[in-house]
Amino acid sequence: MNGKHDNKVQASIADALAPLRDGMTIMVGGFGLSGNPEALIRGVVERGIRDLTLVSNNAGNLGKGLATWLKAGIIKKVICSYIGANEDLHTRMASGEVQVEITPQGTLAERMRAAGAGIPAFFTPTGVGTVVEDGKEVREIDGRRYILERALAGDVALVRAERSDHFGNLRFWRTGRNFNPVMATAARLTIVECDQLVDNGAIPPDDVHLPGIYVHKIVHVREHENAFEYRTVRKR
Amino acid sequence: MTYSTEDMARRAAKEIPAGSIVNLGIGLPTQVADYLPEGHAWLHSENGLLGTGPFPFEGDEDPNLINAGKQTVTILPGGSTFDSASSFAMIRGGHVDLAILGAMQVSAGGDLANWAVPGGKVMGIGGAMDLASGCRRVIAMMQHVTKKSEHKLVQRCDYPLTATRVVSLVITDLGVFEPTGHGFRVIELAPGVTREDAERATGAPLT
Repeated sequence: MNGKHDNKVQASIADALAPLRDGMTIMVGGFGLSGNPEALIRGVVERGIRDLTLVSNNAGNLGKGLATWLKAGIIKKVICSYIGANEDLHTRMASGEVQVEITPQGTLAERMRAAGAGIPAFFTPTGVGTVVEDGKEVREIDGRRYILERALAGDVALVRAERSDHFGNLRFWRTGRNFNPVMATAARLTIVECDQLVDNGAIPPDDVHLPGIYVHKIVHVREHENAFEYRTVRKR
Repeated sequence: MTYSTEDMARRAAKEIPAGSIVNLGIGLPTQVADYLPEGHAWLHSENGLLGTGPFPFEGDEDPNLINAGKQTVTILPGGSTFDSASSFAMIRGGHVDLAILGAMQVSAGGDLANWAVPGGKVMGIGGAMDLASGCRRVIAMMQHVTKKSEHKLVQRCDYPLTATRVVSLVITDLGVFEPTGHGFRVIELAPGVTREDAERATGAPLT
């Protein structure tokens, strides 16, 4: 067999990222620095593509993760929900170097879910009566007002999974799951960075978090930094 | 005397019914968890966690197990993890009973402003709008006035709104107040706080 679902496992990060081009819309999984495809993020900088539109909840933080894309000057637009303490984004937004579209977090997730599910737009109550509804259709349905939000598709999704089999059936770890699966469904090309690569059949079918139908390329990356953002503990 | 942040958190904890599903906002509301009896309620974190437990013991922390404030946490028995779209479907779909959120302004009509200061740095919306408009009940928790003594309980919000007509109760350092549409009903005042103190500090009539 040599169909599009064969031979997904790539020999290197560079091989996996070979299809990426200037100007693409790239979705990158993660909530802050958790659940980040760290090696793929580094690989995009090394590949030297630019003018990217980045879709990410936070676009990095503390100078790490996707903040390295901002520092490398390869992003022209960010679609995100939260900036917070991400100074690399604050400074570039203020200078006009990077255009920023801020979307409510649930709307961001649902726009991608819709794109992956073949739904071009949907009505949501989130943001009614706020700046979020500016320029959008608002409709009253059964006595409540809703905003029409458009689906958000990507050229590429970069996804971090705890484990993948060779077909790309994925499992995630704890809250590292976040936007990863929904981005995988919303992009034309989904590239997965997995901590463990296992044989087909090793993940019981009922335990698959994201079926491999959404996955096109897989890279096995054993070592991750898994940076802490706010390490909070209690004494034993 | 006014309520300390600990007093406010303890008071907010009393509003949480046993067995309910609760989302605690980033910052002050997160402290409410410290005053809940073990197993009292299920804490939802919008990054994809239901059944959030206390901070981990030193050495057990996992950078891929965090709350929405990106602090390392634990999962209680019976807890579950899920993706962001599912998490916000829970919120938007009305499955979360209560959100306790920080606030910059609350209006007499229950409008909430908690994501941007006019002319200030834009921190982003995050989950605030989804939580405020989707959760079945919203309680706001905040200092009664700004550091410059400006009113935060107001007739109409002039900060960018998060959601309209959603706040059912406001817990501040001066007491507990309920937006009525025309003003704020005083539910209770902190020990030593007079009605006149509260009236001076509030930008809408107290009833």
